[in-house]
Parts: sequence; C-alpha cells; structure tokens
Amino acid sequence: MTVEALKEKITALFPAVTFEEGGQWLTILVESADWHGIADILRQNETLCFDYLLCLTCIDWKTHLTMVYHLDATKYRHNLVVKVRLEKVNPAIETVSDIWQTANFHEREVYEMFGVNFLHHPDLRLLILPDGWEGKNPLLKDFEDPINMIKL
Amino acid sequence: MVEEIGSTADGNIILNVGPQHPATHGVLHLVITINGETIQKVEPHLGYIHRSIEKMCESLTYRQFIYVTSRMDYLSSHINNHACALCVEKGLQIEIPSRAQVIRVLMDELTRIASHELWWGAMAMDLGALTPFFHAFREREAINDIMEETCGARLTMNYMVPGGVMQDIHPNFQKRVKEFITLFKSKVSEYNELVTGNIIFQNRMKGVGNLSAADAISFGCSGPTARGSGVSCDIRKLYPYEIYDKINFEEILESEGDSFARYMVRVREMSQSISIIEQLIDNIPEGDFQAKTKAVLKLPKGEFYQRVETARGDFGVYIVSEGGSTPYRIKFRSPGFSNLSALDHMARGSKLGDLVAMMGTLDLVIPDIDR
Amino acid sequence: MEITSNNSVEKPVSLTSENSFPGQIHDTPGGGIVLSKLDDIINWARSNSLWPLTFATSCCGIEMMSVAAAKYDFSRFGFEVARASPRQADVIIIAGTIVNKMAPVLKRLYDQMADPKYVIAMGACAISGGPFFYNTYSVVKGADHVIPVDVYVAGCPPRPEALLHALISLQDKIKSGQTREQIQVPKPLSGGDILNQL
Repeated sequence: MTVEALKEKITALFPAVTFEEGGQWLTILVESADWHGIADILRQNETLCFDYLLCLTCIDWKTHLTMVYHLDATKYRHNLVVKVRLEKVNPAIETVSDIWQTANFHEREVYEMFGVNFLHHPDLRLLILPDGWEGKNPLLKDFEDPINMIKL
Repeated sequence: MVEEIGSTADGNIILNVGPQHPATHGVLHLVITINGETIQKVEPHLGYIHRSIEKMCESLTYRQFIYVTSRMDYLSSHINNHACALCVEKGLQIEIPSRAQVIRVLMDELTRIASHELWWGAMAMDLGALTPFFHAFREREAINDIMEETCGARLTMNYMVPGGVMQDIHPNFQKRVKEFITLFKSKVSEYNELVTGNIIFQNRMKGVGNLSAADAISFGCSGPTARGSGVSCDIRKLYPYEIYDKINFEEILESEGDSFARYMVRVREMSQSISIIEQLIDNIPEGDFQAKTKAVLKLPKGEFYQRVETARGDFGVYIVSEGGSTPYRIKFRSPGFSNLSALDHMARGSKLGDLVAMMGTLDLVIPDIDR
Repeated sequence: MEITSNNSVEKPVSLTSENSFPGQIHDTPGGGIVLSKLDDIINWARSNSLWPLTFATSCCGIEMMSVAAAKYDFSRFGFEVARASPRQADVIIIAGTIVNKMAPVLKRLYDQMADPKYVIAMGACAISGGPFFYNTYSVVKGADHVIPVDVYVAGCPPRPEALLHALISLQDKIKSGQTREQIQVPKPLSGGDILNQL
C-alpha cells in the first residue's frame, strides 16, 4: 500500500490520531490510553496486517517521555511508526506483548532503562541490569553517576 | 532471580547453564526447569556483557561511535559499521561514490562468509564433532588475511566511515579474493560430506526446535532463523541498500522450521555470498573511495532509521538527533535479542541435549544482545 | 635431563672426566642446592603444561579461538587441553570485557581453580576497561580489580601472535620464579614486641 493510501486508511479507522510530518516513514501520534485498542486493530485488520514489531524503544525528552514503536507488515511491506507520549512522573502504558510476542523482552528492557511501567505485562522485572538496579533507570538524561559519567 | 536453583515440589529441577559454558557462545545464562530430561521452561538471564553502549554513544560524535558497533556483533563487524555509516549518510544526505559502494558490498559478503564459517565450526563443536572447527578456521584465516591487508585488522575493522571507506583497497585485493573463491568452492563439498550428510548430525537436528512461520514473525525473528521457517525477510531483497538491487542472488528459504532447515539456510547462504562476490570482483568501478565530508559532522534535527542484513538477521540503527555533533539517543535493534526470545517457545518439551542444537542454530552472539 | 649439568659451578678435585660416568651425582659445594633444583624442575613441569580455562566474554574470545585453531596453535606450547571446568584448569585467559554483573562470577571461577593458578588479561578491556572506559556505568575498569593478574596483553583484539607471546612470557615468568606462589614474603617479626617497644 502506498503512503497516501495508508494515511487514508488509518484516518478512516482511527479518526483521533494525528500525523507527524517529516519522518522517514509514516508516523502517527497516539494517546497512551487508546494504544492497546489501536495496536490490536493494526495487527488484525486484513488490509493493514502489521504483524512484525521491529523496534520498541523510548526517548527521554527531559519534560516527557516518548515511546516509539516501529511496525512492518510481512505481506504488504508497508511501514508505520507509532509514537506515544508519556508523563515523566510514573509513566505507564499498556503492554502489547499479547499482540506481538517480541514485545515481552523489549518492554522489560524499557522498564529497566527508563522506568516505564507496562500494565498487565506477564513478567516485568530486570533483564539486562544486575540485581539492585531497580529504579536507577540509567538511560534517563538525569541519571547521576559521579564516578563513571563525565558531564561535558 | 525469580526461582532459586534447586528442586521444586513437583519433581522439577532448576538448573543453571552458563554463564561460563563452552556451548553458550559468550556469556548467556539460562535457567532451565527440567523434569527428568524434558525441558519445561527456559529462562535467559542476560546482562553479563552489558557495556552500556547506548548511553556511551550519547557522548561520542558521529564519526566516533562507529567503532563501538564493531564490538557489538563482532562476527559481522563490517556490516554493523556499514549500517551506522548508512544511517549517518541518510541524515547528511550525501552521495557515496560507486567505487565505495562496491567495496562496501564486497567486504560485507566476505564478512558474512567468515561469520557463517565460524558458526558452522562452533556448532559442530557443540554437538561433539571437533574436526569441523579446525576446517572452518582454516578458511576464516584466509578471509582474515585479506581483511588485514586492506583494513589493517582481523576482527574489528573500522573501515566504513560516513562518506565511503577509509582507505582504498590494496592492489592485491582482487587477486587474493579470486584465490579465496577457488579455495572455497573446492571446500563446500567437503563440508557437505563431513557434516551435512552425516547421519548422526541429521538425527540430532531434524525435527528439533520447531518454529512455525507465524511464531517466527510474532517473536520478531529475522535472518536465517526466520528464513528456516519460510518467512521471507532478507533486507537485501526487500529494502535494498547500496547496490543490492542490481546484483543477482537468491534468497534461501526452507519450509520445515526445524534446526536442520536453519542449518541448510546458512550453508546455502555461504554459496550465495560467493556468487555475489564473483559478480562484483571484476567490476570494481574506478573513482573516489570516499565522498568529501566536513571534519565535524552535524546531523539535522530529526530521526533516522537504517536496516541492514547482518549474518544474524535484521540489524537496525535508530538515531534521534537534536542538531548537535553528538546524537541525542541511539538505539541499536539487534537481531539476537528477538531471536533469543523464541528459544523458550522452541525448547519446551524437548530433551536437554536438543537445547544445545537449538542454541547453535539460532547463532547467538551475546554482546549483540546485551549491547 | 642431566641434573648435574645445570648447577655445578666447579667440579670437585676427586672426580675427573675419566673416572666419572653419566648420571653420577657430583658433590657440589654449598647447601640448599637440592631445593633450587627441585624448584626448577617443578617450574619447568608446570610451565610446559598449562591448561587454559575457556573463558571468553566478547570479541577477544574469537582471537583466542583462532589461537586454539590450526594456524596459530597453542597446543604446541603445552596448552593442549582447554578445559571447561575451572577445577581442572591452570590458567584463566580473561578474553573480553568484565562488567559489574560478571565480576562475581569471575571471582567465583578463580576461587574454584586449584593452586597454582595463573591469570592472563587479554585485550584492552580486561586490562583497563578498554574502549568502554568513559561514560559507562556497568564496566569494571580492568580485570585486576577483581582477581590478581600475571600477564597483560595489549590489543583490541590482540593478534594471535601477541597472545602466543603472552603465553610464552607466562612460561618464562614461571620458570624464573617470579609468580605469586614462589615469591617468598619475609615473615613479619613478632609484631607485638616491636609495637610495645615504640
């Protein structure tokens, strides 16, 4: 499906989402409360069929966090980027590990690095960091480590 | 840890495999729950080689962070560097001369053969056959010598830079690559006789570790792991970069989804890489090997994502830039991270000895997973 | 190996080359000679048969595997059998970065090895944290923060010949009596008397 057709289809299905301009792929901005429902439809819809979650990550913008999901469809080979804005204090979002099973590990990594709480995740605990690093969230921009980190 | 090592009330034993273990290919710690010899659950514990690369890259400039990616998936170090260079070039929007493109693709394919050779030798060694290890390293040393003459290093070559390649190829490069091609072609039948056609090997691999196509897509598997289940996911074919759209090669797909299918995909990919090299080695165009770039690179504000096909699968570099000379956030999407999440699903119900065969066919390189 | 050929400085007058036969033990002046000869023999035996532990965390592990393979072979020097279990190994070659999560595992492996044991730190990461020195929150800046190291090999990764040079240097270090278990630390004087006198 071309980018314009994709844009029309998504506007038709989800009137509330907004588009972000200037990205490499079509980028949509979604509210965190609607995310699970939208993700379900993106996966199940016959003409969209986004069944491959490439990359799940988070960006710390100092005033808020943004979750970024890169999606790909194996049948039609169209791409979509979904961004969800989260609050800096107690960020929480629904898990999508029941829709794409690869999200299980990716969400655990975002939980330990950024402190985002994934609701209804089957097994949310530290994956890569050693024991005792809960709450330290190293990839946040205000992570303090006076021994190792050099402030430029 | 969630469960203590020991035995549970229903007769299951909880056992540690690794982190120091000859078959785990790095430091992978698996906590397996077994009942007798049948595996009930496999839980990977990662992080034993977590070098905080993503945080470190936020303080390195766009020319400096490329060396770190060599050390992430060190068996496909050229391909990782290639991905980073392409992503930075995408941001700067510069054109690469065609000589540099051809050299980059040649180096990529040589690295892919070297990585699959090592995989083949190490996998046979895990299953107990020690001889293929030495045969594999014999060919790998030939490739390392070619790399060393041109790039200066055997394993972690920082040869790809934004704009092209760092130095022109050595005058002996074409001759040595052609000698390597003849050497390799004579060895493929040896490999098939020694390992692929071996009845013990086939019995240990056929029917072990079944992964259906839908599961492979859902777990985010890519590369030979997914192609062994029939999922067409070669980035070189689907989203071509450099000159891959002008080269003739096949994407190898197998449909059974067991360990033997994944093994055959990799062995056949080595032959495909040889045919790509043959098509290119005599047609290296003349010209510059590096486009002119500024000394200090600054990417414009925005986000850039580049996907390449490493020997393990779909590697992605995601750069978020705020206009400075260092990236604001870099995320490396590593193929092993998603491939490993399928191990639990594949291993339930099989025997302990099959776990080693499955880990071998997934071709895990743990620093790639932990970053 | 002729025991007499190493250490006799001068032959005593009574035995000449005509009336002595090979293998006959000559008396040598001075005492304590038997002790040093035994040390030499033990050191020679130990250094020529060091079995490494397969401990490779990251990229240097591949170069260590290259050294184990046929082109640069380390079994020529006695490192024939690479053991997977620390209880059966003599030398641990730390090939790769040590991070905070791996450090207790490394310490435990070192403790499980039987004496005499030796450590080679291979690669820049094991020497000092290497390319991951600045701005990393999880890397141990050098394996010698965890266990004592005998030989350091520079390189990222070091060439196989460099690792072979390190292995031979370790053998020389053992033969010359400079490894940890051979350096005699002088026993402290009865410390209580000295302190009371001060």
